[in-house]
Amino acid sequence: MHWINAAVMMVMITSGWGIYDDDVIIHGLYFGGFFRLGDWAAWSLNWHLAGMWFFGINGLIYLIYGLATGRFLERLLPIRPKELVQTVAETLHFKIAHEDLTVYNAVQKVLYIIVILACISQALTGLSIWKPVQFSGLVTLFGGFQTARVIHFAGMVVIVGFVVVHVLLALLVPKTMWAMLAGGPRLKPAREVGVARRS
Amino acid sequence: MKSLFRPDDAPDGSALDLHRPLIRSLERRGLLRGGITLGSLVMLTGCDVKRPEAVQQALLAISRLNDKVQALLFDPNKLAPTYPASMILRPPKFNAYYDVVDVKPVNGATWRLELSGLIQDKRPWTVEDLQGLPQSSMVIKHICVEGWSYIGGWTGVTLRTFLERVGADLKAPYVAFNTADNYPSSIDMATALHPQTMLALQYGGQTLADPFGFPLRLRTATKLGYKNPKWLTSIEVTNTYPGGFWEKKGFPWFAGI
Repeated sequence: MHWINAAVMMVMITSGWGIYDDDVIIHGLYFGGFFRLGDWAAWSLNWHLAGMWFFGINGLIYLIYGLATGRFLERLLPIRPKELVQTVAETLHFKIAHEDLTVYNAVQKVLYIIVILACISQALTGLSIWKPVQFSGLVTLFGGFQTARVIHFAGMVVIVGFVVVHVLLALLVPKTMWAMLAGGPRLKPAREVGVARRS
Repeated sequence: MKSLFRPDDAPDGSALDLHRPLIRSLERRGLLRGGITLGSLVMLTGCDVKRPEAVQQALLAISRLNDKVQALLFDPNKLAPTYPASMILRPPKFNAYYDVVDVKPVNGATWRLELSGLIQDKRPWTVEDLQGLPQSSMVIKHICVEGWSYIGGWTGVTLRTFLERVGADLKAPYVAFNTADNYPSSIDMATALHPQTMLALQYGGQTLADPFGFPLRLRTATKLGYKNPKWLTSIEVTNTYPGGFWEKKGFPWFAGI
């Protein structure tokens, strides 16, 4: 699921840049052909509107799974301010090794929650831009078509920022890479650790 | 000044020296693995560089599927938001596949709207004929596929009124248009019959100006800008998919909003 998401994210971000370049929001900011998926706007749009199904369905399954199994509750909450400060301080001292991959630190929790919310926002603003008449209620919620467009752009900035930090940190803590590639950390059998903890 | 993040007691440096080879090897391994992962992701998107036929065909197949989904999402009774006349942009924004200086004005006196296909009364229409039909107005947002938008005020004959008047087969799936600037376009019948789909004769209460489609253009509130052909010369009601100017170049056909 993570790797479907990674591929879909790349498709959505780079094809989105192709669509963006056709009518820029920030004067003078273009992404340029090298970074764009689709050699001109029509194909970027086709990529984007094809990718949206994979993004939407994969994301929906992830959300339902996370909520139904209690995974979100267990992994992402609670966030204690003290832990947050401590983790930031540790990170700045380059102490970023995860002792237990199954437990997220406070900064991870905050970042994951931000990126999940950004993805939900992208889906909703995306729907608003795609169908501003059929989903006119959503458009009103976001403060108009052009505002929804700007929020959609801002959501991209948040997600790209997350991806950069996420990839950098994963590279700096090598043992997380194997867990990500293989689908999760190896858990010790329950009898050895005394408690049954399944993710 | 000492950094706020620096500890009061310096850690024992020898601990780092002891583990340096281990740290190096971990870094190298991680970078290698990360590089391979990133590289494969980039390749996933990189396959578009040459836009091979297979990728293009797959994208077009999904686009056609999206057309069907869009038709299902289209609610024939849902009206697009309307705005007060004070918000009308004057003059409207010009857009075509060429520059505004290349617009070739149409002579309204000799102009005729030709009809063909599944229509009972195929007599051509003059500007005066069209002005004689019941007129209505709407102030709606024009949304371009590029992302820009503006509010415009349009007056004319709803396409439904016109199609009923000429005895068009309202069960046929497509209504196709041709224009003086060779910009073929077509829409689905459900959209053609929507109350905010109009054969527009006026903008902001005045006769359409040359760059904006004089004497007659299509204006639909439920489609993207490129589905609104200007300088109409003919209308055809048909069972055969007619396509359009931008659709041939890869843009989606339904383009509903």
